[in-house]
Amino acid sequence: MQQEQFEYDTVRFKSVGLRYGNGPEILQDISLTLTPGSFHFLTGPSGAGKTSLLSLLYLARRPSRGSVELFGQDVTSAPRHRLPAIRRRLGVVFQDFRLLDHLSALDNVALPLRVAGASEAEIQRHVPELLSWVGLASHMQAKPSVLSGGQKQRVAIARAVITRPDLLVADEPTGNVDDRTAIRLMHLFREMNRLGTTIVIATHNEQLVRQMRHPRLHLEGGRLSILQPEEG
Amino acid sequence: MMAGIGLKGLFRSDLPVARDSSGGFLPWLIALMVFFAAMATTGSVGLTDMIARWNRDVAGTLTVQIPPVIGTTAKAKEETAARVERAVRLLQSLPNVVSASEIPADKLAALLEPWLGSRELIDELPTPRLIDVTLNPQARPSLEELQTRLKDAVEGATIDDHQVWMSKLISLAEGLQKLAWGVIALVSFTTTTTVIYATRTALAVHRPHIEVLHFVGATDSYIARQFASRGLALGLLGGLGGLLGAVPTLWAIVRLSEGLQGGLIPAITIAPLTWALLGSFPVIAGLIAMITAHITVRRQLSGML
Repeated sequence: MQQEQFEYDTVRFKSVGLRYGNGPEILQDISLTLTPGSFHFLTGPSGAGKTSLLSLLYLARRPSRGSVELFGQDVTSAPRHRLPAIRRRLGVVFQDFRLLDHLSALDNVALPLRVAGASEAEIQRHVPELLSWVGLASHMQAKPSVLSGGQKQRVAIARAVITRPDLLVADEPTGNVDDRTAIRLMHLFREMNRLGTTIVIATHNEQLVRQMRHPRLHLEGGRLSILQPEEG
Repeated sequence: MMAGIGLKGLFRSDLPVARDSSGGFLPWLIALMVFFAAMATTGSVGLTDMIARWNRDVAGTLTVQIPPVIGTTAKAKEETAARVERAVRLLQSLPNVVSASEIPADKLAALLEPWLGSRELIDELPTPRLIDVTLNPQARPSLEELQTRLKDAVEGATIDDHQVWMSKLISLAEGLQKLAWGVIALVSFTTTTTVIYATRTALAVHRPHIEVLHFVGATDSYIARQFASRGLALGLLGGLGGLLGAVPTLWAIVRLSEGLQGGLIPAITIAPLTWALLGSFPVIAGLIAMITAHITVRRQLSGML
């Protein structure tokens, strides 16, 4: 497993450009390589293209030009039927959570396992444990509509990490939680990273970026620069 | 880790399709369609039996009319009998005639008695004599040739071919049968089209949910299965409703038709095989809805990333 992980880079962008329709390029000439087990913050002012870059990472879009490889597979023009298998190696935390309102917290977190064909026994063993860990033991059957913003965020994070993905992409994952919970969640990400998960976290939280001392991918005006911790 | 897709998995849904108002009318429409299909199918099967029976009855028979010699004298009666005998002999000599025999005068008189009154009066009337002819159904002779030879042998002899008027009746029945098949085709088309539009509406309503399923790695097939199982459930429900409406209606038609027994149009009966066919309609409706929904979802999803 460990040997297989190092046969390819987790993410490789080559001269990637992205535009919406006939509009201007939101991302310009992005070249980027994320090695397995790396941890990066994605920073930049609002409108710099952070969410667009993340959307290329979690396969919500294809680039307008250039090429994108995930886990050694070119996904730039890969046929649709190959995408689900790649997406199952991803964990995504959306800024707007994207929880399914009609499902309980437990069923929302169980979704990636069910999609992957996990047994109910396995779901009942792992999901409550993780929800307890993120402090939602007493809200497992609650629907998202009765949860606070912070609670929804924790459900969304639990859903993203339940399958122990190879690549975790998170858009402002600590934006709606208190400092204590934020530190706890960052410990979770750090622990996952230690176990081999490649992590990219988009954030505006400069204090968090300085504390964690990971390299940052900085976007400004659609162009990317990579800054090492001492430089940040 | 991986578990097979069991029955529970087939009907479990990650999408709120069960609460979806876009499919609420489907069972009602399918019930109506199954009702029409049951009526049309039973009618079609009944007509098939009726046409076969009529064909069987008329295919190998015809009747020859011999005009009598006018008069009540013994001589006239002898001449009439001689005419009949000539015609019968001629007919019996033909290779494709299985049998030819005069319909007894008593039997004819008994048939006419309700309309013409007393037997004595009928005996005095110049009623034609009839010869019942059975033909070889595999090698039917030319009716024109037969007519000519009969006229040569007995002046004024005519053939009353049942098939001439019966064929018109059979044509009508066959037309009705085609109409019934047309109704079944229309019902299938309407059901399929409605399921397609209901599924497209549901897909548009649930698009954000579907995107989430895609992001967590769901295949198109996984998503389509959820709509398909909903289609199956609605199809079965509607089909059962339609069948529940059709069975008492058909039973009532069968009971009403019992009064026709003995006439040209026989009493309507529904064979066990036809009942079994009707019993399968809810399953067929469910399968049509399920397959249509599955194909529709797969096609629509192919336009998403």
